[in-house]
Amino acid sequence: MSQKLEQLSAALQVTFEGRVQSLRLDRGELTLTVAAADYLQVAEALRDAPAFGFEQLIDLCGVDYSSYAGSQSFSKRYAAVCHLLSVKSNVRLRLRVFADDDQFPVLGSVCDVWPAANWFEREAFDLYGIMFSGHPDLRRILTDYGFVGHPFRKDFPISGFVEMRYDPEQGRVIYQPVSIAPREITPRIVREESYGDVGNG
Amino acid sequence: MAEIRNYTINFGPQHPAAHGVLRLVLELDGEVVERADPHIGLLHRGTEKLAETRTWIQSVPYMDRLDYVSMMCNEHAYCMAIEKLLGIEVPLRAQYIRVMFDEITRILNHLLNIGTHALDIGAMTMVIYTFREREDLMDVYEAVSGARMHAAYYRPGGVYRDLPDQMPQYVVSKYKDAATVKQLNTAREGSLLDFLDDFTQRFPTYVDEYETLLTDNRIWKQRTVGICVVPPERALALGFTGPMLRGSGVEWDLRKKQPYEVYDQVDFDIPVGVNGDCYDRYLCRIEEMRQSNRIIRQCIDWLRKNPGPVITSNYKVAPPSRSKMKENMEELIHHFKLFTEGMHVPEGEVYAGVEHPKGEFGVYAISDGANKPYRLKLRAPGFPHLAAMDELSRGYMIADVVAIIGTMDIVFGEIDR
Repeated sequence: MSQKLEQLSAALQVTFEGRVQSLRLDRGELTLTVAAADYLQVAEALRDAPAFGFEQLIDLCGVDYSSYAGSQSFSKRYAAVCHLLSVKSNVRLRLRVFADDDQFPVLGSVCDVWPAANWFEREAFDLYGIMFSGHPDLRRILTDYGFVGHPFRKDFPISGFVEMRYDPEQGRVIYQPVSIAPREITPRIVREESYGDVGNG
Repeated sequence: MAEIRNYTINFGPQHPAAHGVLRLVLELDGEVVERADPHIGLLHRGTEKLAETRTWIQSVPYMDRLDYVSMMCNEHAYCMAIEKLLGIEVPLRAQYIRVMFDEITRILNHLLNIGTHALDIGAMTMVIYTFREREDLMDVYEAVSGARMHAAYYRPGGVYRDLPDQMPQYVVSKYKDAATVKQLNTAREGSLLDFLDDFTQRFPTYVDEYETLLTDNRIWKQRTVGICVVPPERALALGFTGPMLRGSGVEWDLRKKQPYEVYDQVDFDIPVGVNGDCYDRYLCRIEEMRQSNRIIRQCIDWLRKNPGPVITSNYKVAPPSRSKMKENMEELIHHFKLFTEGMHVPEGEVYAGVEHPKGEFGVYAISDGANKPYRLKLRAPGFPHLAAMDELSRGYMIADVVAIIGTMDIVFGEIDR
């Protein structure tokens, strides 16, 4: 398996020379990062080139890196991550692309390359506000009709901004500001590497 | 001459054949579907966002509630992702238990699917038959975890506890007299494995019963043969996995192609369809149940012969035993830290996929080294299947829409997350 991935990694380096922003082999998984401008061409080549043959898009999702606390640093905020699978050669590849503008993230749509991307991109748009240009039908998908905001962004509180209730006076369902405050039972912490070892408390 | 216009109807969100809360806007020309626009998200609970605010272990029960007819398979993918991030090994006995319960779950799921699919398109009896067997398997779930459905049995590093030596028994009550209880308890005298062994001996006959009801049934065939035909290339392009892909004749099963746990140690076959219609997918599911039965039997044999630990002894990941925790200071500290602060998972990102009964269920986890996930993406197999609804139902009759929903095996817990 790892030999296959090394071959694939070498092939990716050669084919996409100059377009590879990073190529990491970690925990038996290969991650290719490309620029937004090259995204569509790379996707097409990954599907069509006989050396790759990734005919299936397993997953596409948005990620918001704005509060990432690990050692890696990311200069841009939003990314779309695709998980590709080649049924023919039985390998997987992760393709990541960062959107250039943090205020208005736009990426090309891979709907024409893999039709499966349609709903996945709608979901990434709904939850993260990433625009996919060229998408045939970029509507919200998971949130309510008329929802405001993009709930999976890191600056969107877990309790949201509005709550819904039935108003007997008006005789309809209304939205009002939330009445609950977000609370954190277990704080989020990143410990140093040696935490908990003998002599480190 | 009168103007003829297409007719738009709302199917759902409350409709018995919608398998949950699916709102389908159908544009019809007479009875022929011109366009289908599924509206989903009515069951959206934001599981992925919630998981970002919980410690790694606290999210395990959320996984049960995704696809609530194949609970343990969801947990499996999640636990595998954490184990991959941590780089820990699962004890062999726990791997066999997991494989056994994955297959029990597969049977549970397929029983529900075939039963309700048949119910939707006119065969009332099927669902009564399949729920009879589901009851036995739910008892197995309950015996091992205490819950009939939402088990939270798989934990990072193994499974929560070993299989019980005693299968719970029925007791006499005002609803069940002594004779009924005695009859119900005949298979429950021994251990859980004895009960399962008895079930696996009975189960092939049950599957034969289902087949006598459906496989050659004229009405069933009229409703499923040639409906919703998906060519293999299209199935791949649309992101189909599981029986939806295999029904079209693509030999792809993660249990064989990218074996996890001990699937490379057990002997089983993968059924594939020929025509890629609803009927072939039904046949695939029937055969998968028989193969799952085979796997369960092999696991029972192995588990009887090989006792051992069922969860890792790394106390940074799994809690120490209760008795140790009560007696030793250090174990007590481990227990306390694990259930308050939670485990710290090294920085990195992984994707773990399992062959879930509906297809490939994947968990993409990004960790920044904290005690909570940075981002968790759940790849539900039903999501791309339902996304193809428009393409699959075009040109078929409105009655076939119900057959198509049934064949996709849709469960909203996983699609809406």
